[in-house]
Amino acid sequence: MNEKRHIISLLVENEFGSLSRIAGLFSARGYNIHCLNVAPTNDESISRMTLVTFCNDQKIKQLAKQLDKLVDVVNVKDLTEETHIEREMLLLKLKCNKSQRDEIKRLVDIFRARIIDVTDTTYTVELTGATEKILAFIESMGKIKIIEMVRSGTLGISRGIDSLENIK
Amino acid sequence: MKLSGSEIIIECLKKEGVEYIFGYPGGAVLHIYDALFGDKKIKHVLTRHEQGATHAADGYARACGKPGVVLVTSGPGITNCVTGLATAHMDSVPMIIISGQVSREYVGSDAFQEADATGITRPVTKHNFLVDSRESIAEVFKKAFIIATTGRPGPVLIDIPKDLTDPKTKINFEYPKKVNLRSYKAPISESKVKIEEAAKLLASAKKPMIYSGGGVILGNANKELTSLVKKLGYPITNTLMGLGGYPATDKQFLGMLGMHGTYEANMAMHDCDILLAVGARFDDRVTGDTTKFCPSAKIIHIDVDPSSISKIIEVDLSLVGETTNILRSLNKAVTPHLKKINKAALKRWWLQIDKWRTKKCLSYKKSSKIIKPQSAIETLYEITKGNAYVTSDVGQHQMWAAQYYKFDKPNRWINSGGLGTMGFGLPAAMGVQLAYPKAEVVCVTGEASILMCIQELATCLQYRLPIKIINLNNRYMGMVRQWQEFFYEGRYAMSYMEAIPDFAQLSSSFGHIGIKIEKPSELKSKLQEAMNLKDRLVFVDIITDQEENVYPMIKSGQAHNEMHLSPTGKDTELA
Ligand SMILES: Cc1ncc(C[n+]2csc(CCOP(=O)(O)OP(=O)(O)O)c2C)c(N)n1
Ligand SMILES: [Mg+2]
Repeated sequence: MNEKRHIISLLVENEFGSLSRIAGLFSARGYNIHCLNVAPTNDESISRMTLVTFCNDQKIKQLAKQLDKLVDVVNVKDLTEETHIEREMLLLKLKCNKSQRDEIKRLVDIFRARIIDVTDTTYTVELTGATEKILAFIESMGKIKIIEMVRSGTLGISRGIDSLENIK
Repeated sequence: MKLSGSEIIIECLKKEGVEYIFGYPGGAVLHIYDALFGDKKIKHVLTRHEQGATHAADGYARACGKPGVVLVTSGPGITNCVTGLATAHMDSVPMIIISGQVSREYVGSDAFQEADATGITRPVTKHNFLVDSRESIAEVFKKAFIIATTGRPGPVLIDIPKDLTDPKTKINFEYPKKVNLRSYKAPISESKVKIEEAAKLLASAKKPMIYSGGGVILGNANKELTSLVKKLGYPITNTLMGLGGYPATDKQFLGMLGMHGTYEANMAMHDCDILLAVGARFDDRVTGDTTKFCPSAKIIHIDVDPSSISKIIEVDLSLVGETTNILRSLNKAVTPHLKKINKAALKRWWLQIDKWRTKKCLSYKKSSKIIKPQSAIETLYEITKGNAYVTSDVGQHQMWAAQYYKFDKPNRWINSGGLGTMGFGLPAAMGVQLAYPKAEVVCVTGEASILMCIQELATCLQYRLPIKIINLNNRYMGMVRQWQEFFYEGRYAMSYMEAIPDFAQLSSSFGHIGIKIEKPSELKSKLQEAMNLKDRLVFVDIITDQEENVYPMIKSGQAHNEMHLSPTGKDTELA
């Protein structure tokens, strides 16, 4: 049923139980959470959440209304409805022998990633970018063994002067 | 004023004008109970089970509109409230539940009688709070009352660790006049343009229909609704939750709609060209198959909750805000358009409706041998002249009460429509009786449902609540049996009630009066006799026809014009 990817940005009261209220709404109403990021903002009483979900047009409207109805939610916006920028950070710990080191360095250069930790047998790489870039980089690892992968989940912000706070 | 946490709680309740607390004590709330001891203003009603306390507070709130207040202990105290909270939440009833919690130093340690109250109740409350300091108690109470009673109402839980209620520590108390609730959205007011659009659309109808629900009762919008409907001269139906929102004895009223609604109401829903939905949420028991719902209608929806709009059925025009305000504006806006109404078309529509009415879909086979459940409700209606407050449990008896007791006023019909909670009826009736001590309060129930909160008979004795329990005793979980008859080839798995108590004796052992009625010939006189015992609770056990079914019925997944009117099957052809 025409499921599309939506990036939902939320401002929520930085209060006890806010996160589980939001997570609970998703599971209770049958929505998926593809990824979720929560962190403080410049206003210490408010946290910002960015959440990626896949659903159809009718369901996303209902979801936004249900989120807005939660007492802890200050503001909701579907970033995918307008021009926006999205970024994700990837930390990748790779097992590498001598012969693979050049190959990894080459890929790191191509993707403009950075090597942030080195041992005899491992490289740890950091990459930021939109999700497609992250996925392409992971794909390009080929035979290189990934020991550990950590992703921040998508972060998003609208372009221009618009901000989530001043919609209200 | 320096007060302890417990005293602050009681002061907050007084500031909010609370007259009753429904509760049950235990370790984590003993400080609060101690502070309440001997209090002259707030009356505490001791129920016999926490579920009973929640339903009683719920019934109180539904009858008088003020929030019902519950006080229970931690652990099993609050877990026993979950059904009551879910019941109130589904039907948007304003309630405040105060639960004790273990002291802060023990929270999270699996302490004795510790339960994650806010975690457990999150999906069944409008909001909940875990209080983390003495200083914040007053503010939390203020917020809780605002959230519970405004917008789309609902239950709000306040969980308070025991150490915060310790009588030894006192702090300054002042009840806040205002609190900051920036993230809580007050209902918006709808634009004039949209109201005008709705007025025009309404006046353009050839086959109009109005469908109103519980939102009209909760929002006290019955007067505004009635005047609009009268002005327009259009037909109206009510949902199970909306009964009493429009006078049932008025000729423009087509009866209840939905699964067990009347033929005329459902047919008019199906054929209408403009539908005005007011404070209703397109529940599946109302819509039947949503793909066949009002197939040729433009739909206007008035609701206080934006998330109700186009949730189930995509509507053409939505008016979001307090129902009373919107109806008032719509009343004004519609006046200049009245002359544009196509009178001839409206007349034809009423002729069609009258044809549907000749089906007499609520008629039933009378009997002189066995009491028909429908006749029991009709007799009750006659005797009480339609003035009683009627609570009910869940099952066939609930549907018969809704179909045969005609509610002319709001807040008189009190049932668990959304969650369908068996056990609701008796405790809810206690709340109603406390709200209106002089009123006739009747609980229509079944022999299965009544046993789910039967312990409350003791509460009724303690507080001398002269409720009349009308038990339609068919020795079956009738509604379950009906479904098994229709959909499981009559295999009555576990729906037969074996070992049914002698209810008359049972209630006399609780100190009440019990009457058993078995013959149709004595139905009226004995029921009258029971109703005459004004200051006593009377348990009227009526032995009814065991296999009577509720008709009309729209089976799940069928449309409004695919009703079954009798055991012989479908009856869709027009009269
Ligand atoms: C707490 C709860 N458990 C189960 C049900 C499912 N249920 C709906 S109606 C019904 C039977 C009710 O029997 P009774 O109270 O005798 O009423 P009748 O239908 O016979 O009038 C049951 C079990 C329910 N609604 N609530
Ligand atoms: Mg029964």
